[in-house]
Parts: sequence; C-alpha cells; structure tokens
Amino acid sequence: MVATRETVEAVDEAVGKYKYGFSTDIESEKAPKGLSEDTVRFISAKKNEPEWLLEWRLDAFRRWLNMEEPDWAKVNYPKIDYQDAYYYSAPKSDDDRPKSLDEIDPKILETYDKLGIPLVEQMALAGIAVDAVFDSVSVATTFKERLAEAGVIFCSFSEAVQDHPELVRQYLGTVVPVTDNYFATLNSAVFSDGSFVYVPKGVRCPMELSTYFRINEADTGQFERTLIIVEDGAYVSYLEGCTAPMRDEHQLHAAVVELVCLEDAEIKYSTVQNWYPGDEDGNGGIYNFVTKRGDCRGDNSKISWTQVETGSAVTWKYPSCVLRGDNSVGEFYSIAISNNLQQVDSGTKMIHLGKNTSSRIISKGISAGRSSSTYRGLVSVHKKAEDARNFTQCDSLLIGDRCSAHTVPYIESKNPSAILEHEATTSKLSEDQLFYCRQRGLDEEEAVALLVNGFCRDVLQQLPMEFAVEAQKLVGISLEGSVG
Amino acid sequence: MLEIKDLHASVDGTPILKGISLTIGDGEIHAIMGPNGSGKSTLSNVLAGRENYMITKGSIIYKGKDLTELSIEERASAGIFLAFQYPTEIPGVTTMTFLKTAVNAQRKARGEDELDAVKFLKLVREKAKELKVEEDMLKRPLNVGFSGGEKKRAETLQMSLLQPSLAVLDETDSGLDIDALKIVADGVNRMRAPDRSMIVITHYQRLLDYIVPDHVHVLAKGKIIRSGGKALAAELEASGYTDLTESAA
Ligand SMILES: Nc1ncnc2c1ncn2[C@@H]1O[C@H](COP(=O)(O)OP(=O)(O)O)[C@@H](O)[C@H]1O
Ligand SMILES: [Mg+2]
Repeated sequence: MVATRETVEAVDEAVGKYKYGFSTDIESEKAPKGLSEDTVRFISAKKNEPEWLLEWRLDAFRRWLNMEEPDWAKVNYPKIDYQDAYYYSAPKSDDDRPKSLDEIDPKILETYDKLGIPLVEQMALAGIAVDAVFDSVSVATTFKERLAEAGVIFCSFSEAVQDHPELVRQYLGTVVPVTDNYFATLNSAVFSDGSFVYVPKGVRCPMELSTYFRINEADTGQFERTLIIVEDGAYVSYLEGCTAPMRDEHQLHAAVVELVCLEDAEIKYSTVQNWYPGDEDGNGGIYNFVTKRGDCRGDNSKISWTQVETGSAVTWKYPSCVLRGDNSVGEFYSIAISNNLQQVDSGTKMIHLGKNTSSRIISKGISAGRSSSTYRGLVSVHKKAEDARNFTQCDSLLIGDRCSAHTVPYIESKNPSAILEHEATTSKLSEDQLFYCRQRGLDEEEAVALLVNGFCRDVLQQLPMEFAVEAQKLVGISLEGSVG
Repeated sequence: MLEIKDLHASVDGTPILKGISLTIGDGEIHAIMGPNGSGKSTLSNVLAGRENYMITKGSIIYKGKDLTELSIEERASAGIFLAFQYPTEIPGVTTMTFLKTAVNAQRKARGEDELDAVKFLKLVREKAKELKVEEDMLKRPLNVGFSGGEKKRAETLQMSLLQPSLAVLDETDSGLDIDALKIVADGVNRMRAPDRSMIVITHYQRLLDYIVPDHVHVLAKGKIIRSGGKALAAELEASGYTDLTESAA
C-alpha cells in the first residue's frame, strides 16, 4: 500500500502530458529487422528452445502468412509494416541471468524508480512477487522460495520452457489456438517472453502475483505470451500492470494470455494498462492488439477478468471466458478510458458450453476529447448449455461533445432455457456535478477524476487493494485536460 | 466581509438580478427572504461563481477583493461555502471520500498540509456525531438516495468541516421536519463566530426562530425591497409577501 501510494505521488509530481515519457538506453541484442522464417528460427535458437516449440512457431508463421489483418473493429490506424520492426530484443546479460536484484542492470532499476515502483520496497511492503518483464526478457523474479514452498511455479515463459517443458507443451495453445486470429497467430510465431504460472491441486497461492510490463525498445513489437494453469481446487490472483515510454513511432503490441482453470479452481486476473496513448494529435501511441482468453475447463471453476484500460493509441482487446465446465462462472469487469484521439474497441466474449454456467459483464466506458470507444461483447449460449445465465451492464460516460461511445452487444442463444439480461446507459458528465465539486474546492481536473472514479466504482472495487489506488490515480491522470 | 453593489445578473441571457446592494459585516447573519422565483438561488449561484450566471453590472467585494476575479474553486478555498437548495447526487463517491477530497483540496489550495486518514476520520466522526449523521450515511454515495433531511444534514456537515468565512445557506430548512430543523439549526449556530458571516436564505420565517439573524432582507423580482432587523421576519409571517411585493411594484 505504501509503495502504491508512492507510485501515485511520483506520478502526480511528474510534469508534462505523459508522466512516464522517458526511455532507458540499454544496449540490446536484436533479431535482424523484419519478419521471416529466419527471424522465427533466430528467436527460438536464442532461447534455446526444444525442437517441438520451434516447429510450433514455424507452423504459426506459415499460417500467418496466409491470413488477413482484421478490419472489423471500430478502430483506424495506418497500415502496419511488419517488415519494418524488430521481433526480438533482450538486455545484454541474457546468457548470464541475474540471480538477485544486485545483479540487475542499475539502469533498469532506475527505470522502476522513475515509475515510482521501487521493486524491493514494493515487494516487501505489498508482499507481491514481481516477475518484472523488462522488454522481452524477464530480469527479476522474486519471492520464488515462498511460492516454491507452496508448490506454485511463477517464472518467465522462457524459464518454464526450459524447466517445465511438459507443462508448457501440454497447455500451450489449448486456449488460444495458433490460428485463433491474425494477431494471436503472429504472436505464436514470434513471442518473445512472458509469464508462466502453475498452481497445483488444492493450493491457494499465498500472494498476489504481479508482473510489470514495460515496452522500452524503439521499434520493438512486443509479443508477450502468458500461460496460467490452475489445477483442481486451486486459486490464484494475478496482476498485470503496464506503462510505456514516450515514442514517436507507433508500437505494436500483440500479446496472448491463456488461462486454464480446472475443477473448482479460480483465477482472478487484473490488469491496469497505461501505455502511452499518443499525443493530442494522435501521434506516437501504442497499438494494443491482445488476445486474452480463459478456459473454465473444469466443473465449478471461475475466471474473473478485471481491467482498467487508460492507455494505447489503439486498443483491440476482448478478454474472454469459455465456460466449458458445468456450473462454471465467468466475469468481466472493465473500465476503458479514451481521451484525445484514442480509439478503444474492447469488450468480452462469454461462451457458455456447460450446464448451469453463468457470466457477468460490467463495462464502464469513459470517452473524452475526440476519442471513440466501443464496447463489443458477445454472449453465446450453446445447445447443451442448459440454464445458462448472463447479466450484462454497459455504462458509457461522455465528457465533452466531440467524443463518441458505441455499444455493440451480440447475443447468440441456442438453448431456450438461457436467461440473458442486458442493461446499457449513456450519460454525460453533468455540469451540476462539476459545479458542486468545484464549489467544495476541487479544481476541474480533480472534480472530473472524482466523478469518473465514482462512475467506475463497481469495477474498481473488484481490483486488489494494491492496484485500486493506483488505478484511481490513473483514471484522473488520463483525463487531464478533458474539460474546460 | 462582503459588499455587493448594484448587482445585475443574467442567467443564460435572461436578466434575473436587477440591482442588489448588500453589505455584510464580520460575524453577521443576514436572512434573505422572498417568494419563489425572486432570485434567491440566483444570488447564491452568482456568489459561488457558477459559469452560466453572468454579472452584467455592479460589483462584489469579498474580504476587500474583487470576488468576480476568482474561479469557483478559488472562491471555495477563500472561504465561500454554498449549502445547496438541491444538493447534487454524486454516484459512486462515498460521503466520506467526498468530504476528505474537499477538505484536502482546500487545504492544498491554501498551502496547508493535507490531513492524513486517521486525523481526518477523527474529525469527521466528531462533527458527524454533532449533526446526528450516522456512520452508515458516510459510507453511502453522497446524496444518492438521501432523504431531504439527510441531504441537508450532509450539507451542514460539509460546512462544519470546511469552516468557511462566508456561508450561504440556500433554503436549508426546506423539506425538514421540526426535529431535523433543530439539528441543522444547532449545527449552524455552533458555527457562529466573530470571523464568520452567513447568508441564510429561506422562504419561511420558521428557520429564523432557530437561527436568529442580525438583519433581514426581502427579495422580490431580483431586487431587495425591504431590509430590517429580525422583527421584519415576524412581520412578514403575519402579512405575507404579497402585500410587500405589490407595494413595491
Ligand atoms: N437557466 C435559467 N434560464 C432562465 N431563467 C432562469 C434560469 N434559472 C432560473 N431562472 C429564473 O430565474 C428566476 C429566479 O430563480 P431562483 O433564483 O431560483 O429563485 P428563488 O431561489 O428565489 O426561488 C426564476 O424566475 C427562474 O424561473
Ligand atoms: Mg431557490
């Protein structure tokens, strides 16, 4: 908590439009620019991967060559030149992995300091294990011992490939198949690193697991791959947080997150995403095309996605749940904020396959400036999904009159026993409320932050405490200059 | 404290206030009475600096300075508090959070240290108890689903935490039963101080039995048509506004 507060203060103190606008100069080993089979082989070799994984990547790459970039989302961006980017970079010390924080490049630690996340303090105070993904390779993994005692594996994806290849092989691509979509296929070919979590039967993970992602290399597309496996009766809460430095070129980010939730298990996955959204004219932000999906594979399992999206120039993201097990539960709580020229097309998919499955969707969209925000949600009830239930609530808040919000709910029900409820509201930040707050001494920005946080309360409450405070501040920061 | 001279103001282009002059000394309580639509709330909004309320003529001097040069929040931090006739609902923001945000925003604006959570909690509990504001109410979103009485008590609670120099109470008595009225009036009376002035706006003289004013003014059609001591309130009660407004017309 204290660490979080420091983060918040550091953020407050920083000046300029984008508070995290700096970049660290760390020499990196890069794959040659461009994308070819050679690039894929280079990445795989760099990581000393087993043959089967190389083949898996190559298969994905060949399929990707024959795919078309989707254009159905309500976002516009210049054509991405996939040959004009680097697909792999790692801090120089890749061969010589650090064993403790002392061995970590001080520049990296400094970067965390600038972000206001003193790693050591954060871990000590919040009791969070941090698998800090810096650029593509994880450089700091801690609290391993406590986790190991409980039998929990929490490591970088590359480490998992080396140390637990059987688990990776068993589950990789089983939730998001190689050919799922254009960006997921691209990721499957060139993914660099990410996180791996395994919680064995009956274990309640003793701490919240947290990964701080950062994109730090110019021109380096980021292709994170995260795989979380929670066995029967086990539980984990996973936190993902992101910030990115100022850049002129648009940066592509196409991550894949796969969650496997077995019988009676529960996964809570929370994201606070604060990538550089671009300047007021829309220059320089991150393109975020992410595939996140959870598979409630076992009966009575539960997956809960909570996300706070404040960043990126273009966001295309639909964390989804496949409710395969009987009585399984999927939840999606989302806050998506768009300002200036940001474009957000986000939502969720709840696929009801098992009997008595239920899902709950609470989406809060806030649009300011000239931004556009679309909620796109699918609730699909398959034939055998007896007594499925869904409750969806989509609330949009508009700030100013140049922004737009759209709600696109798709509902497919092939089983008449399904009970599906949908509520949607659109409101404007009211002048009465602003006046009331300002009369009490809040300036316009504080007032907006307070009111918007109030609007988002139902979702913010779903976040673990460590994240909630930070998220509240981000809400305010990302809406600066949106009124008046 | 406050000197209003020949104030004319329009709301969204419609002239509402038509030449108000009013001088309020330190520690004084002035009651403003008048029929519905006479411009009482307009005056309070103008004092608070609401944006679509345009001053077309006249001046407002507060603590020796031109009030009209300050923004809404600057006025608030300078000690001007408006207890709203119809307090706005703030969904999702608990009363406690709102209070803390407001108190600290003003402290920050004045260059004072912000109160930490513990100190603040202690302060709120103390004030809340005086106004019979239940702990439960502090946890609910501000004004959302509050009864009329709860809203007015919440306004009074804010005033007692913010310790303004000039409080404008806009029909703080409306919608209150006699018990609630007494609680609120007690709260206001506790705040009487030599360096704090108040404008008590009311439609009925009933409130003035509990908050006894130093001066009473009658507002009609955007003008003060009569001023006097507290006896004027009783006189109005007996004769009603119609006589007055007609004789003024
Ligand atoms: N936005 C507005 N545009 C035009 N006229 C308004 C507006 N708001 C209030 N008025 C008018 O201003 C007059 C004074 O209103 P108000 O100050 O609320 O009176 P009071 O508080 O004394 O009942 C009324 O005639 C009302 O109809
Ligand atoms: Mg009124």
